[in-house]
Amino acid sequence: MLETYGENARPMAGGTALVNFLKQGLIAAEYVISLERIPGLGQITVRPDGLHIGALTRHREVETSSIVKEHAPLLAEVYRRVATVRIRNMATVGGGLAHADPAQDPPLALLALDASVRLVSRGGERVVPVQDLFTDYYETVIQPAELLTEVVVPPQPSAAKATYLKFLPRSEDDYATVAVAALAEVAEGICRRVRVAIGAAGPTPIRAHAVENALHGQPISHAAIEAAAQTVAQEVDPLDDFRGPAEYKRDMAVVFTRRALTHVLSNGAVQ
Amino acid sequence: MVTGVTREIRLRVNGTAYALHVPNRRTLVDLLRYDLGLTGTKEACSVGVCGVCSVLLNGRLVAACLLLAAQADGAEITTIEGIAAADGELHPLQRSFVEHGGFQCGICTPGQIIAAKALLDEIASPSEEEIKEWMMGNLCRCTGYYQIVESIKAAV
Repeated sequence: MLETYGENARPMAGGTALVNFLKQGLIAAEYVISLERIPGLGQITVRPDGLHIGALTRHREVETSSIVKEHAPLLAEVYRRVATVRIRNMATVGGGLAHADPAQDPPLALLALDASVRLVSRGGERVVPVQDLFTDYYETVIQPAELLTEVVVPPQPSAAKATYLKFLPRSEDDYATVAVAALAEVAEGICRRVRVAIGAAGPTPIRAHAVENALHGQPISHAAIEAAAQTVAQEVDPLDDFRGPAEYKRDMAVVFTRRALTHVLSNGAVQ
Repeated sequence: MVTGVTREIRLRVNGTAYALHVPNRRTLVDLLRYDLGLTGTKEACSVGVCGVCSVLLNGRLVAACLLLAAQADGAEITTIEGIAAADGELHPLQRSFVEHGGFQCGICTPGQIIAAKALLDEIASPSEEEIKEWMMGNLCRCTGYYQIVESIKAAV
């Protein structure tokens, strides 16, 4: 059906994003194709290559899943921070990613966890790292005749520590003004691995590679964390809006990156 | 929205079965209010934030303003009109909201009570923190939040 109607059709899962866009006249598609009853896309399973989360899994199911809590606790926590329970009961994992609002929470956890998505069309399938999924505000690499069918989260090093900081100066159920997810592994005072993702601060959620490069393999100190966090100011590209001016968000991206790094890199023993 | 094309929807609302021809892009809240006359469910923000359109779909708390009626085809819907007993005896949450001043102007109350019912269906004895976290998606512009939390605690 997607091939037949092309841009004149939009696939829909939970509908929380698409129905809003339809009501506001932001999508002109004549056909809405419901995916909700496609069997087999709502499961959470563990396989040797990691945690597989079907695209039709609802946010609330990720949040409450004992499998997710065991294998990727950061992900359960971050899905819990999305909007309200009513929305989490409706919105799906795949739908959220395809919607590609840069202020969403889950992409940051998926970036920090180095997750990928599977995109399937009649011609075949491809696996795309979440890092390469988003291209612009509400834009992804997903083609009109492709569907996102699952998210795959690779196994995480057991020593890794992760956190998610969501700056919410307005209300608890709001989109973030700025948000940061960070995951790190430290051995003998040296940063062995670090991934940092920043959201609501540009056209897409981003991996903060400059931060990661500045810290990788380095001894951990307050000075090193501060210097690494400062690089974020050059990586983000926020907009002025009712959650704050761009310059303020740029500053807050640095502040929240520093706090997240301090949390994941220290065991209360930063020099 | 394109509203010219209709489809048949079959669903149960508060235990009664309905078969209706509705425009493809009818939302569930419009179906409830305009096709079935069940005006207890309100619509305010229309973008899924405020909570006044809360209903249960197969027992799951959802926003009726963000659901197409077609998504409810085959479902069992519970609205505020459906939670009192058949003889009119109020649901314990309804009685508790009356006794503990859980509503002021009343506009948000149906959504508050439906959301609270979904909470108690899932967590029989929620802590105050659990109540607050669950209910944060139901806005009260009279700001009677303390009494709403009290009402829910008293209904446990």
